Amino acid sequence: MMTSLTALCTLVAVGALGIILSYIAMRGIGALSFRFLVETPRPVGEGGGIGNAITGSAVLLALACIAGIPLGIATGVYLSEIGKGWFANVVRFLIDTLTGIPSIVTGVFVYAIIVLRMKHFSALAGGIALALIMIPIVARTTEEMIRLVPHSLREGALALGAPQWRVTLGVVLPAAASGIATGGMLAIARVSGETAPLLFTAFGSRFFPNGLNEPIASLTVQIYNYAISPYDEWHAQAWAATLVLMTLILLINVAVRFLTRKRF
Amino acid sequence: MSTPTATIKPKFEVRSRANAASQPAKIAVKDLNFYYGRNQALQSISVDLPERMVTAFIGPSGCGKTTFLRTLNRMNDVISGTRVEGEVLIDGENIYAAGADVVDLRRKVGMVFQKSNPFPKSIFDNVAYGLRINRLTSNRGELESRVEDALTNAALWTEVKDRLKSSALGLSGGQQQRLCIARALAIRPEVILMDEPASALDPIATSKIEELIYDLKQRYTIAIVTHNMQQAARVSDLTAFFLLGKLVEVNTTEKMFTAPDEKLTEDYITGRFG
Amino acid sequence: MEVHRHLDEELDELRDSVLRLGGEAEAALRRAMHALIQRDRDAAREVLDHDDAIDDLEMEVDRQCIDIFVLRQPAARDLRFVMSVAKTAPLLERIADHACNIARAAIDLSDEPELKDSLRIGRMGEIASSMLDGALDAFTKGDAAAARAIIQRDSEINDLYNQIFRDLIALMGKQPETATRDARLLLVAKHIERIGDYVTDISELTVYMAEAAIIKHRHGKL
Repeated sequence: MMTSLTALCTLVAVGALGIILSYIAMRGIGALSFRFLVETPRPVGEGGGIGNAITGSAVLLALACIAGIPLGIATGVYLSEIGKGWFANVVRFLIDTLTGIPSIVTGVFVYAIIVLRMKHFSALAGGIALALIMIPIVARTTEEMIRLVPHSLREGALALGAPQWRVTLGVVLPAAASGIATGGMLAIARVSGETAPLLFTAFGSRFFPNGLNEPIASLTVQIYNYAISPYDEWHAQAWAATLVLMTLILLINVAVRFLTRKRF
Repeated sequence: MSTPTATIKPKFEVRSRANAASQPAKIAVKDLNFYYGRNQALQSISVDLPERMVTAFIGPSGCGKTTFLRTLNRMNDVISGTRVEGEVLIDGENIYAAGADVVDLRRKVGMVFQKSNPFPKSIFDNVAYGLRINRLTSNRGELESRVEDALTNAALWTEVKDRLKSSALGLSGGQQQRLCIARALAIRPEVILMDEPASALDPIATSKIEELIYDLKQRYTIAIVTHNMQQAARVSDLTAFFLLGKLVEVNTTEKMFTAPDEKLTEDYITGRFG
Repeated sequence: MEVHRHLDEELDELRDSVLRLGGEAEAALRRAMHALIQRDRDAAREVLDHDDAIDDLEMEVDRQCIDIFVLRQPAARDLRFVMSVAKTAPLLERIADHACNIARAAIDLSDEPELKDSLRIGRMGEIASSMLDGALDAFTKGDAAAARAIIQRDSEINDLYNQIFRDLIALMGKQPETATRDARLLLVAKHIERIGDYVTDISELTVYMAEAAIIKHRHGKL
């Protein structure tokens, strides 16, 4: 009875997902073409593509990862290995709170302290906004994964004369690596779908990226813009862009899983 | 003409019966007290561990023998709230003196744990770990030969020499434990501490480890915690009996198991409590 | 703190077995001496018939000791006890064998003319019996002091033996026609003297069992 009930629920969940994916594929495949993937947007009727949006998203994601992942991992390491006492508890509480903040709030925050200062939108601001969303996620999963590393492993390294930092870097982190990578991947997957913060920071553009100090296009914003437009052609392009976005996320997932597969 | 009083030497050297007392003490513990927070786990422990002999620590669960073992390489330092009073002298130097180098201590005093804990790396990398982090070799060739030596001394070389790059976690329990011993031996310590090294192993693997200990004591001073009294009788030269944080008796193993000095010891050994 | 152990039951059984063996050896000695002094051939034959049972008892004790060693791995006090029992049992069996020899001699001597001085041999036999009794008692109680006292008494037997030896040799010289009888008597004295030695060995084992002190081969230094 339990088995069939849970099987049914699984079917519903997976089924819903399947429906979404296939619907997107169905709607999007029409406008998909090679030109679509490499051209910049054109006025209605002239075709155009999402080449710059793809590149823009890549740039933003890269920025976010560079800023967010090391900081996140470092925070996680601090919380699990070093931090003891009230300060660590405060940090942990703040991190937990930050994971729940709506991304638009983060966007507005970065708008206030960076965009207004710089007096213009930029890829940098967008990257920072995304990084701020990533850090708490990475930090928490890193901490959890590190905690899961058995204490005996640490003791084994310590008993060989390794100083604490070496134990953390050379034994604990590698042992927790696949778990941490999963956390990173979760964070990437989360931010690659973010639109709201980018509206306030990267803003969007019709051209290929031209330096980090300039506004930059991104898939999500582009989809948003096309979707709210009154043109059918642009709606079709929005569907196609959605399909591309989902495919890219899927590819990232697969790549990370492959790269961090447990060799030992 | 040989003297008529020439003694018949037994084939195996029962050094414990010959003077364990006259061997120099590699580790001299003086009046050691140990606290977990406010809880005193060890009281006034004083004992000498002779060089190149095996000393066994026996006693019922919770008697402090493992805690004591871990004070010898300061592994208890990693637990917060612990406090030590008294001295532990290794080659005459107090390892708890202010400014004592803990990392250096742990190179000199190696440890093998109850449950084998190989790193999730290859067999080679496991054994090489201590050599690498302490920078004990200068080139690849030297590293490889040190690894081979260590594995040979741990009686594991022939079993793994063709798969040094494979994962350490693919070995059997007994092999993993010998790997951990090899890992400890690679950095050429002077003392090896063993915390119930065979308790998780089957009898054949256990006897392999015991044979290994018998060989190792030619070169290393060994301290072993064991809850198996027959094992203590089999491998050790000296035995120390702990009870409730106190050291009740230290004696040659042979005397300890035939005619111990203390009634408490005799009651424990004959199974009248445990 | 005392925990009841199965080993305790087995040790008690072992103690019972060896004491039974000791009792049989004692009885054999007394009966043999009686047969000798009272010229009682039936008593002598009883001793001879009973010897097989004593041998079986010794093997039984042997088996029990090995079982305890291999199955229980006794240590300390228990180890010394089982070890002592394992070494005492054959000693008791040999004492019984010597009693048989005395019984055989008794049968042969009952055909010979009586020697009026054979009471001294009787006296030797009594000392030996009482020593054996005392040694078994000390063993049961683990009383090392009593065991040492028994060992001292061995010199009495040795002195008596030397006297009897000298007297009988002289007698054999003076009266060669009774030489056979005298020779047999001399051998009986020798048997009793050997029994005294075995009792001493048993007492030394008692001291080992109680105190872990090995005092054999010390030639008087206890």
